[in-house]
Amino acid sequence: MAGVVRYHATTKKQTREKHIDESLIVRWTLISIAVLFIAIMIILPLAVVMTEALKKGASVYFAAIAHEDAMSALRLTLITAFIAVPLNTVFGVLVAWAISKFKFRGKQLLLTLIDLPFAVSPVIAGLVFVLMFGAQSYLGPWLSEHNIKIIFAVPGIIIATLFITVPFVAREIIPLMQQQGITEEEAAVSLGAKGFQVFWRVTLPNIKWGLLYGIILCNARAMGEFGAVSVVSGHIRGRTNTLPLHIEILYNEYQFSAAFAIASLLMVLAIVTLIVKAIVEWREEVQKVHL
Amino acid sequence: MSKRSIIPGFRLSIGISVFYLSILVLIPLSIIFIKSFELSLAQFWDTIVNPRVLASYRISFVTAFCAAIINTVFGLIVAWVLVRYQFPGKKIIDALVDIPFALPTAVAGIALTALYAKNGWIGSLLEPLGIKVAYSPLGIIVALTFIGIPFVVRTVQPVIEDLEKEMEEAAVMLGAYRLRTLLRVVLPTLYPALLTGFTLAFARGIGEYGSVVFISGNMPLVTEISPLLIMTKLEQYDYAGATAIAAVMLIVSFLLLLLINLLQWSMNRRLTANS
Repeated sequence: MAGVVRYHATTKKQTREKHIDESLIVRWTLISIAVLFIAIMIILPLAVVMTEALKKGASVYFAAIAHEDAMSALRLTLITAFIAVPLNTVFGVLVAWAISKFKFRGKQLLLTLIDLPFAVSPVIAGLVFVLMFGAQSYLGPWLSEHNIKIIFAVPGIIIATLFITVPFVAREIIPLMQQQGITEEEAAVSLGAKGFQVFWRVTLPNIKWGLLYGIILCNARAMGEFGAVSVVSGHIRGRTNTLPLHIEILYNEYQFSAAFAIASLLMVLAIVTLIVKAIVEWREEVQKVHL
Repeated sequence: MSKRSIIPGFRLSIGISVFYLSILVLIPLSIIFIKSFELSLAQFWDTIVNPRVLASYRISFVTAFCAAIINTVFGLIVAWVLVRYQFPGKKIIDALVDIPFALPTAVAGIALTALYAKNGWIGSLLEPLGIKVAYSPLGIIVALTFIGIPFVVRTVQPVIEDLEKEMEEAAVMLGAYRLRTLLRVVLPTLYPALLTGFTLAFARGIGEYGSVVFISGNMPLVTEISPLLIMTKLEQYDYAGATAIAAVMLIVSFLLLLLINLLQWSMNRRLTANS
């Protein structure tokens, strides 16, 4: 399915017989190409963020982060994630429950629907909410009459982020729950477990690590979304700026060190996300060994 | 349902899920099409065939295509190396492949721009050779390549892992050299996965905005991508124009999503048929 592709690296060492392996030269050439590609495309950009951020010294770095506009952007980013992540987590668990534990018609269609936000350009995601809630929209006159501001205000940012992050938790746990099947839940029900108890006591322990990674990934995207949020925010300094938008403003004002300082915060978030992923995979391996 | 399941919560979970998806995804997206129908055909057509709009489509498609091709080639090598060979730092390389998923696009955008600008680490090396990356279409390709890295690697990796050793053995027994085995026996089994990865990277590249705006320079007709043009139209309060451009892009995205689903469906069928 589109979007986040789930994959676990194998830890088992494979030794292959010579006749079905490449020669040493070919092997090391391919390894060099792969390492060089990742080094140029991924490691260098990460390194550049840190060096640019610290170019003008630690005091400029910390001043940029402690600036009141940066702080208000951080606050808005946290608020947005704080609303979007739990809602999409609940949705993800519910939809995964329906898809993995029951047979029904239109399941494939439902899966495709979950993927839609992956397929749509972030700018279009922002545009649809401008068309829905903006001054020109059907709802526009009613909203302004009741003094409700959605576009160019915080609610718009939250709604756009909700849209963008819909698939993350669901996509992460659906394959897991499908693998687990339904026998354990059926056993629990036959033994008298009721509704939520089945999920809490039987399903959740099986999926908790995958769920955790889904939530963390959803959070990374919620805090880092740029395109969709940029369309609906109106870029009002100190009011409707999230961290990624704040980076853009600083960058366009040629405050490069400050822009990279804020960027380094988000980079740390990305790295932490991947570390959690590594831990999750390691835990799953351990779980598999114990089975 | 043929037989009622004894597991609780079907109606509750499906009800809430469908409701949630409808108000958050389905209704908002359909607004684009409703708004497009409000335009007259002539209005719609005039927006779409405007030279600047056509150029933006061309730029978006060509750069996304080039980036997806680059990712297919290097993604295959990275995936192959990660599955088949042992080398120091392998785990770190494997983890780094996911960085473009987790790193905010704005961060990627400014980092790549700094790297490829005239005075940047890579830009200063390419400058004497007369190669300009930042603020040129090449820059867009670099940004989209970065964004697309995980797609090919992560789709091809599990398929390489599941390859049967016996197949390669048989090819050797039948007298094929290693290179011939790889090209004629191994590579064809990877085609569906490669194509899926390519399409995922391509689809993502067409819609990408955050990483591109910084590095592209945003010159109309040269480095202005479609999502940016939508943004520009919106800033000029040209909602009709923005909607028309978006409608065309949405249709393309839907077609690509359909293609991806078909590809994965046939891939899964092949996998289950083999096991």
